[in-house]
Amino acid sequence: MIPELGHYALVLALALGLIQSIVPLIGALSRDAALMRLGTSTAVMQFAFVSAAFAALTVCYVTSDFSVVNVFENSHSMMPLIYKFTSVWGNHEGSMLLWVLILALFGAMVALFGNNLPETLKANVLAVQSWIACAFYLFILLTSNPFLRLAQAPVEGRDLNPILQDIGLAIHPPLLYLGYVGFSIAFSFAIAALIEGRIDAAWARWVRPWTLAAWMCLTVGIAMGSYWAYYELGWGGFWFWDPVENASLMPWLAGTALLHSAVVMEKRNALKIWTLLLAILAFSLSLIGTFLVRSGVLTSVHTFASDPARGVFILAILVFFIGGGLTLFAWRAPMLKQGGLFAPVSREGALVFNNLFLTTACLTVFVGTLYPLALEAFTNEKISVGAPFFNLTFAPLFIPLLFAMPFGPLLAWKRGDVLGVAQRLMAAFAAGLVAIMVTFVVMGMSSALAPLGIGLALYVMTGALVDLAERTNLFRAPLSTVRMRAAGLPRSTWGTAVAHFGIAVTLFGIVCQTWASERIVALKPTQVVTLADYDLTFDGMTQHSGPNFRELAAKFTVRSGGVVIGTMEPSKRSFASRNSSTTEAALLTRGVSQLYLSLGDTNEDGSIAIRLYHKPMVLLIWLGSLVMMFGGGLSLSDRRLRIGAPKPATKSSSLQPAE
Amino acid sequence: MRKLALIAVLIATITPQISRAVTPDEILKDPALEMRARDLSRELRCMVCQNQSIDDSEAPLAKDLRVLVRERLTQGDSDRQVLDYLVARYGEFVLLKPPFELHTLLLWAVSPAVLLIGIITLFVVARRRRAVIPPPPPLSAAEQQKLSSLVEP
Repeated sequence: MIPELGHYALVLALALGLIQSIVPLIGALSRDAALMRLGTSTAVMQFAFVSAAFAALTVCYVTSDFSVVNVFENSHSMMPLIYKFTSVWGNHEGSMLLWVLILALFGAMVALFGNNLPETLKANVLAVQSWIACAFYLFILLTSNPFLRLAQAPVEGRDLNPILQDIGLAIHPPLLYLGYVGFSIAFSFAIAALIEGRIDAAWARWVRPWTLAAWMCLTVGIAMGSYWAYYELGWGGFWFWDPVENASLMPWLAGTALLHSAVVMEKRNALKIWTLLLAILAFSLSLIGTFLVRSGVLTSVHTFASDPARGVFILAILVFFIGGGLTLFAWRAPMLKQGGLFAPVSREGALVFNNLFLTTACLTVFVGTLYPLALEAFTNEKISVGAPFFNLTFAPLFIPLLFAMPFGPLLAWKRGDVLGVAQRLMAAFAAGLVAIMVTFVVMGMSSALAPLGIGLALYVMTGALVDLAERTNLFRAPLSTVRMRAAGLPRSTWGTAVAHFGIAVTLFGIVCQTWASERIVALKPTQVVTLADYDLTFDGMTQHSGPNFRELAAKFTVRSGGVVIGTMEPSKRSFASRNSSTTEAALLTRGVSQLYLSLGDTNEDGSIAIRLYHKPMVLLIWLGSLVMMFGGGLSLSDRRLRIGAPKPATKSSSLQPAE
Repeated sequence: MRKLALIAVLIATITPQISRAVTPDEILKDPALEMRARDLSRELRCMVCQNQSIDDSEAPLAKDLRVLVRERLTQGDSDRQVLDYLVARYGEFVLLKPPFELHTLLLWAVSPAVLLIGIITLFVVARRRRAVIPPPPPLSAAEQQKLSSLVEP
């Protein structure tokens, strides 16, 4: 009964979606307020029905109702409760349901909190949102229905893929989807603006909070995925340039560019057309990301071609929204009025520079990810594009970007003074140079590039602090004035400085991995292995059994300078239900550095192979992303975004209900 | 039959593979040579995996390739020779960084080209903007006279 209710709720959501796709649009065309307002209630009701559908599937999982195919294939009655919840979206069908749930949530939020939007804009935005929602409802109902039943319910399920039974991966998809889907709002606003043929600075002010929120979720979502790969996949890498990772990095790069160009549009009424294009691109890349991960095209072009139902449907969605969006853009954008002239050297100019490099970086990832697929599809030739390619092409684009970053916030709008800013950044240059020299002295000449990277990171960090110091008159005015000025600074200024600081923290962590060290040895009990001031004694093996797995763990005592500082217990888990196993690495955190230990084969002579890594400053990679998110949050709490744009004081000519 | 083959492949990929990336017995005695082997391994794709280098992969094929790389190196091959040898045997698919050739032209050239075009466009736009706002024309004789009459009452 419950799955049928869920299925029915989803069909009802589709029906509402279809209404919302058309009626508010007609209302906006004919200036009929009643029709325009219909979108508000349908958006809220859509959210209610999709929530009901999602709740129904969750109930099926929690009660282990194996008569539902989706539950049977991805759950197990012995699985811990938390994973019963998270396995709802640990599979294709459920994750698409989560996608539309978040989409409906955002739609409802626009409907409820968008009271200060002009009525026609709001109606159009909700209609466009609903087009996207309908496409995905249809996709779920026609090709990926999670509510299908089995004629005879099996007694036990097939279990969730063991590597997904992990808390990091459990919260990774929702965060990522919040980001992807958040960009749909920017997209809908862009399309609505193009339909209306009117766009102004207030538009940017409405779009910015949504973009910021989406960007924050995407930032942390990507970092979470990266940390998961780091500790779960067992060899301590944090970024693999895997197509699935690239799929989430592309919207992030486009979204970051969008955030920055929207600032120019809001403050100076310039770059309007470019901002619209970025809004369309950011969501297009989110759709492409969903497509890449969901259609199976990555595993092989041929599997995609042999079972095309889903892939072709998603492809149709892509063509409709991306093709349609860009066509509308090409047709209407030239009609929009451009405004706000500025000199090349100015805050606007710096943000254009930022956009140029971010979009090129995004394009590099795009081409690198899709080129092998295209080449194979057209010529049947197979090539691989992996980490060495991206390291060579992507990194050089980020270096000028990071170097220019401290300049941006210090340059004046309209016409800036580069030399003056360079002078104010003296402290940052000095910090960078000192860092380079210190790194060379301490770490030696083993790597020429890494010290420069450290220098760049320190320069960007100091640059962010200089920005704040300049604005608060630190070191020049008495402390009370500084405090007053600091309190008076807009939160978005703090947000910029903090987020820029955060990316430097991440950079610092990444560069430090140059000095990571490793030992790969076979050990017998009581033997000792030494790495970077740490001595690990192998104490022996133990067996445990978990709720749905058996575990073989090796116990190590870690000493530093003869003093015991902890134990590490890497293990191998075997899951009988799927006849598969996972390796659980052991991590020992010292400050922000980590020791990383994972198990290999057991040999006949009783020894076991281990891989031990020392990863200096590795946690900074992910802490930096949290700092970035915090910066985004500060910016989001800025007064002007909280209050929103002033409402134009025109009297609405709508029908009023009789009192 | 095809279904059977598919199931066989699935089982092969799902069943536990005990070995994990580089194992102690593979490591060469000479640390300099081992370092070269590791660097090369990161450039080579494990062809049965999804986007993993043979250095990271736990697949048996990756192990064979790692051993092969080390054999070639101990026989005195240069890095270039090892790569050429592997490409001759397995095709370009084995390289994670494709060579710059005609069929990879777009892959390598697109983003530098776009960056260049972007920079040129920005320059052109900036210059045209300067041209769009011409300096104000000098005052005519009549205007000059009016101005002086206003300034000197």
